Amino acid sequence: MTVQDAVVQQETLSGADALSNAPLLSIQNLRVWFELRRFGFGHAGYVKAVDGVSFDLQQGEAVAVVGESGCGKSSLMKTILGLNRPTEGDVVFQGKYRISQMDAKTLRWYRRQVGYVQQDPYGALPPFMNVQRILEEPMIVAGISDKKERLERIHKVLTEVKMTPVEEFLPKFPHMISGGQQQRVVIARAMILEPKLLVADEPVSMLDASVRVEILKLLRGLQESHNLGVIYITHDLSTVRYFSERIFVMYAGQIVEKSPVDNLLQDAKHPYTHALLAATSDPDARNAETFKEVPPGEPPSLVKPPTGCRFHPRCPHIIRGECDVNVPPEFEVGPDHTAACWLYK
Amino acid sequence: MPEKTLLRVEDLKLYFRATRGVVQAVDGVYFTLNPNEAMVIIGESGCGKSSMAKALLRLLPRNVHTYSGKVFLNGTELISMSDEEYRQQIRWLKISMVPQAAMNALNPVLRVGDQVAEPMMVHHGVRKEEALVQAANMFQRVGVPVDFLTRYPFELSGGMRQRAAIAMALVTAPDLVILDEPTSALDVLTQANIMNLLKRIKKEIATSFILITHDIATSSELADRVGVMYAGQMVELSDAHRFFTAPLHPYSQKLMASVPKLRSTVEPEFITGQPPSLINPPTGCRFAARCPLRFEKCDQDPPMFQHPDGRQVKCWLYEKEARS
Repeated sequence: MTVQDAVVQQETLSGADALSNAPLLSIQNLRVWFELRRFGFGHAGYVKAVDGVSFDLQQGEAVAVVGESGCGKSSLMKTILGLNRPTEGDVVFQGKYRISQMDAKTLRWYRRQVGYVQQDPYGALPPFMNVQRILEEPMIVAGISDKKERLERIHKVLTEVKMTPVEEFLPKFPHMISGGQQQRVVIARAMILEPKLLVADEPVSMLDASVRVEILKLLRGLQESHNLGVIYITHDLSTVRYFSERIFVMYAGQIVEKSPVDNLLQDAKHPYTHALLAATSDPDARNAETFKEVPPGEPPSLVKPPTGCRFHPRCPHIIRGECDVNVPPEFEVGPDHTAACWLYK
Repeated sequence: MPEKTLLRVEDLKLYFRATRGVVQAVDGVYFTLNPNEAMVIIGESGCGKSSMAKALLRLLPRNVHTYSGKVFLNGTELISMSDEEYRQQIRWLKISMVPQAAMNALNPVLRVGDQVAEPMMVHHGVRKEEALVQAANMFQRVGVPVDFLTRYPFELSGGMRQRAAIAMALVTAPDLVILDEPTSALDVLTQANIMNLLKRIKKEIATSFILITHDIATSSELADRVGVMYAGQMVELSDAHRFFTAPLHPYSQKLMASVPKLRSTVEPEFITGQPPSLINPPTGCRFAARCPLRFEKCDQDPPMFQHPDGRQVKCWLYEKEARS
């Protein structure tokens, strides 16, 4: 650890104490727009990938962000990781650190507080590094120069992700271990700098059914034992129940429903959430006899999203003159449960 | 002998040469398929389900070690055919395929319409204009707007590309369509749409399907029958109804228990351990090392037992029931 890092960390420790009741992460009216190609002076517009998203995440809380591809969940995640700059609004860490105002040094410190579990473990692990090297890398970058300490940490974290005996795995390269084990290495790498927040982007979608649950339970265990905040990004509603306390449903760059998990599964409010739930199958032979109800069309373009509610062109419950004109605010529909839908005015 | 089954597979084997030995990817698979029936093959990755699809279509890589067994399609044996005969008479004319990840299966520099029309031109020898008309019909059938015929694959969304790939597989009206993970790269709503489409097609045209997937929940949308593969072998063959209520083989039971369910609060389980290496598979039952119900007899390789209710299962636990 360098001297500057130590100073930054000292500051943050005292800072965190002062603001101990602030949420771990606060997303405030966040917009992330990407500019399309310019033509001379004119330009073609923006891809409004994230368009007005707000939520708080407490220390030790797991939330799931559910949505289809292209709904902006990856852009949201990248902004939280400090890889995209917010166009408007902000991401505030521990009530104090605004991501839009971080200088290079603070950003480097911030990234150590946030672990990232990628979707495709095989793509996320460098094929030319063995497990030991993969896990040492972030520590070398973070300035932990003591080789013995690094090895100790590797042992600890590999034991935590249940890759034992540790010695057996250290010299192995990614292609020599199974997909489930690769994902464990990815999780170990995300955990090795002891972050406060973990962002998991579809951590099990590339894995076999038989190991999915195992990985989710492992993540859940780590979250509880380390009191981590976790943002779990997925398109699969059926795994959400076993993992998170709250669900945010995203559609076309906005959060359309926020709810505690059990509420959402039993009493979803937003028509889009209904559609998602109806489309998710459970294994049942009777499924083959019926057709599923799917809203017509496809998610809108994020360059020119529909006016009013963005789901209105596909919505079976559209109120003409309201949904296609006015943007619905978040309506309170239950304890800790909101839906951005005019049906609940 | 007149055949009422469409496809009969007997002792199908496909081994590959690898640097560390011979990989027994498909090791003695038996099953039959009736006309207008959808069979789902499920199993973990590396269990040989995709290799089996390749063996049926004879899309073989260069490092094939063994390719043997018997495959009867409407009574004609396919394995003994020469490659040229197979190409002219069977592939795409009788058996076609919707490959995994339609995004990569379509040629990026050709218009989708031309790609869908191509099998008609090659196999039925029709002129291009005529083939394009048929392609347009097929597009309508699978729900792709007809003006998409002149578009390139990158101009289509994932769901539309998948539909175009399905159109390409159906345009020659084959007897059997093999779908290799047709929905695994798609979103939930698109997935539901594609499954609806496949169900409709199955009702409208009397085609048989083999659906290869690891997504058990989605597979139940189409299945008439289910085959479970483990380590290169078929371990259970069952009708869909019985399978999804109470599977027989301990592996199938574990696999079903590992599926997270939206409409139930039962905690899913996971299967400890890993499937065996296919280079030197164990001599006895291949699932024995992970099986909770293992007993002495499992050291010997179990045959496929015929369960009294018509199901087949490769497990010693059912030896007595099969005899009585």
